[in-house]
This record gives sequence, C-alpha cells and structure tokens, in this order.
Amino acid sequence: MGTGHAHALYVHEHSPIHHLPPQVKIAGAVAFIFSVAITPREAMWAFAIYAVAIAALVRISKVGFGFLLTRLIGVLPFIAFAFLIPFIASGEQVDVLGISVSRDGLWASWNIIAKATIGASTSIVLAGTTEVPDLLAGMNRLRVPTLFTSIAGFMIRYLGLIVDEIGRMRTAMTSRGYDPRWLWQAKPIAASAGAMFIRSYERGERVHDAMVARGYQGEMPELRRRDPSVQEWLTAAALPALGITVMVIAMVAT
Amino acid sequence: MNLALEVRDLEFSYPDGRQALGGVDLAIETGTRVAVLGPNGAGKTTLALHLNGILRGSGVVTVGGLELNDDNLNEIRRRVGIVFQDANDQLFMPTVGEDVAFGPANLGLRGAELEARVEAALGEVDATELAQRPPHHLSGGEKRSAAIATALAMEPQILVLDEPTSGLDPLGRRELVQTLQGLDLTLLVITHDLPFALELCQRSIIVDRGTVVAEGPTAEILANDALLQQHRLEMPFGFNGSALGDRSTGS
Repeated sequence: MGTGHAHALYVHEHSPIHHLPPQVKIAGAVAFIFSVAITPREAMWAFAIYAVAIAALVRISKVGFGFLLTRLIGVLPFIAFAFLIPFIASGEQVDVLGISVSRDGLWASWNIIAKATIGASTSIVLAGTTEVPDLLAGMNRLRVPTLFTSIAGFMIRYLGLIVDEIGRMRTAMTSRGYDPRWLWQAKPIAASAGAMFIRSYERGERVHDAMVARGYQGEMPELRRRDPSVQEWLTAAALPALGITVMVIAMVAT
Repeated sequence: MNLALEVRDLEFSYPDGRQALGGVDLAIETGTRVAVLGPNGAGKTTLALHLNGILRGSGVVTVGGLELNDDNLNEIRRRVGIVFQDANDQLFMPTVGEDVAFGPANLGLRGAELEARVEAALGEVDATELAQRPPHHLSGGEKRSAAIATALAMEPQILVLDEPTSGLDPLGRRELVQTLQGLDLTLLVITHDLPFALELCQRSIIVDRGTVVAEGPTAEILANDALLQQHRLEMPFGFNGSALGDRSTGS
C-alpha cells in the first residue's frame, strides 16, 4: 500500500504521470471521463481520438498495455449486458450477419461499450500511477470530506488483517473436520461472518483508543500535502482539454 | 519525593455494571520503572486506559503534578504515552513514518520539526529504516518497535506498555529490554512475564480484582511465593523466586 508493491492496482514505475501530484491527476481524469460520457454516440471519430489519447497515456505512464487489458476484465459484465441490448430493444430493425436487431439497441450498445472502456481505462491508468494513500490525500485536497477518505483509508489498512483472520478461522474449522460441500452446511460460515463483524467492531474501538491516546480530536492530520505548481496543473489539464475540445466539436457537428 | 504519577481512589465500572477498578491508589516516582502484575481480568489494562483519560472513572489521576480534568486532556495525553498490546491497533497509517508522525502532527507540529521528531523517535528504538515501510509487512518485533516509536514521538514523561513481550521471540524480547532500559523515562509495564519484570523494573505492583494488593521492590515481590500464588502468579519452571532474596534489580 505505502510502497507500491503491496497493491495490485499500482504499477511501480517512474514516469511523468507517476510524479504528478495526485489531486491534479484525479481532477484531470474526472474531467476527461465526464467529457467522454457526454460526447454524442454518433460521433464515432471522437471515440477513435479518445482511444488514441488513452494509448498515448498508457505509453507515457509505462503502465503497460498488458496490465491495462487484464484490469479491463472488470468491465466485462457491463459489456456482456450491453451486447444483449440490440436483441431486446424495440424500434426499427436492421440485419446484422443475418440476424435482425434493433437499430437503437445497436447504438445504445456501442455507447455503453465505448464509454465504459475508455472511462475504465482512464481510471486504471490513474490507479496504476498513484499509490492508494496518495489517492486519498489527493481527494482530501479536492475537498472530498475527510470522513469518507479516512473510512476508505482504514478499510484498506485493515482489509488484509481481516482476510488473514477469516483464513485462520477457516483453518480452525477445517482442522475440526468441517468441509462444506452443500448449501445446508453453510451455517458455520454465517456464524463466522457474525464473529468477524464483532471482532472488527472491537478492533475499531481499540484503534480509536490508540488514536485518542495520541491526541486525535476527530481530524486526520494532513501528512502528504504537496501543492502542485502551475506547470503540473497544465500538464494534467492536457487530457481533459483534448476531451472537452473533441466533445464540443462532436456536439456541434452532430 | 518527585512523583511522575499519582492515582487516588480510582473506581470504574463498565456500562454493564461489572466493576473493573475498585479504588486504586498508586504513586510512582519520576524515573522509576514499575511492573504491573496480576492475573487475567484483574483490571490492569483498564487502569492503563485511565492514565491518559481514555476511560474516566471517579477518583484522581495526577501526571507530573497536573491533575487530569476535561480541560487538560491533550496535555495529559502528551505526557502519558501508551503502547497497546496489539501493535496492529496502534499502527493504522499507510507507512510507519506517517504513523509515528500522527501524534506530533495532532500536537500541531509540521514540516522539518515534525520530520526531526519522527526521526528521533524511530532512532530511539533503532528502527529508522522502517520509516517508509507499510505496517502490515513488518515482523512482530519490528511492529513492537514501531508502536513504541509512535508513543515516544509525543515526547511523553511516562510510557505505559501493555504486555510488550507478548508474541516476541527470545531475541526480540532481549532487544526490547535493551531498548526500554535505554529510555530516560518513567515506565509502567503491564506484564505476565515475571523474569522480564525482574530484569527491567526496580519496583512492582500486583493488581487483583481492581485494586492494588501489593507493592514493593520487584525481587522482594517475586520472592514471596505465597503472595504470588494468592494472585495466580508464579515464576516460570526452572526459576527459583525465593532465592532472589533482596537482590537489587532493574539497574
């Protein structure tokens, strides 16, 4: 988490994008995704430009195309759903490879696939070039309430411990002959989920005690603060500037 | 006599009505290392949580002449550092360095001053190289050192340690003794590890059922077999407690 090697979403590299302050990266990514999302779906050329921009981003950030494709698997459920739309949707029908499908449905399907893929790719590059604590600090700097970012931070810090604990509980069950195969054997798992809840709750109380003991008064101190230079803001603005320009032209043209 | 800590008639009951502390009286001189012994459930940890006002019972807690009240909680928490039993509870930030910085940052330190404080605290426990590491990748001994550093970074007058030797290997335990002996602080060490208490602490108190039932030089306490037995304590196999006599300890 802290040094990078600990987190699956992060690619440990040194690139100009890695070195940008997190808040400018987050702002840039969000603005770009927003402009992609409102680009008219008929402007196919616009999406081609977006794809090229993403490719350039992957190149500059040294995140790697293999990494991008592996992480894009997460978008597959949405794409699978999008594939169904042309068959379900009503309206004017057209023939594709001998199958009659809805024209509107085809557009809707393309819209979802193109925008989801570009949006997800942007956030994969963002996560691949920014360590989790920096992402959270960046969100803080963009005035996301500290309550949210500290909850996320604690969740990430203690997730590993909870997973370990579940593993130990599972081992303890197995070593006493519990080897579930059928649904009706699930009761001990449900019970252990309850036990995990109580244990996590108690840990939460102890962590809070430890924080209060060191002077915590409800606000996390800002330890990773770095104010970006104008140059850095301009660098990060390149991507959304392209996105917005393309989006505006596409809107006017269609 | 210069008292680092004074507790008078401290009583505390948990919300379910169970009484945890039933009138604790305690006085600890500045610069001494005191072991807090006693069976499980005797109220040792509950007592520790009262020393910097995390729990508030009735009675008086005075730290370095300052009586704990609602208005000086911050100053009291700066003066009394607590090292909790499970280091995972104490290390909650992304890296050890940030964790050590957490306390002094809450005190308002920033920039170079904060960095110097972090470096000094890590230096005291010989753990400077841990600063950039995430806590979940540390060994038990490293976690313990880091946890102690987080408390030292507050520059406390008293350091309270709850079961510091639990889960440490013999060498880690030895290093812990050396680290703690090297600190110029008043120490209060809650422990079941009697040889550890003997080696580190000049004085010991026994807490049982929420009160202090015995107090004295550690060697004398540990030589009193009848007293130990009465409170579910005993020297480990192979140690002859009664042979300790008036051996001076903790030097």
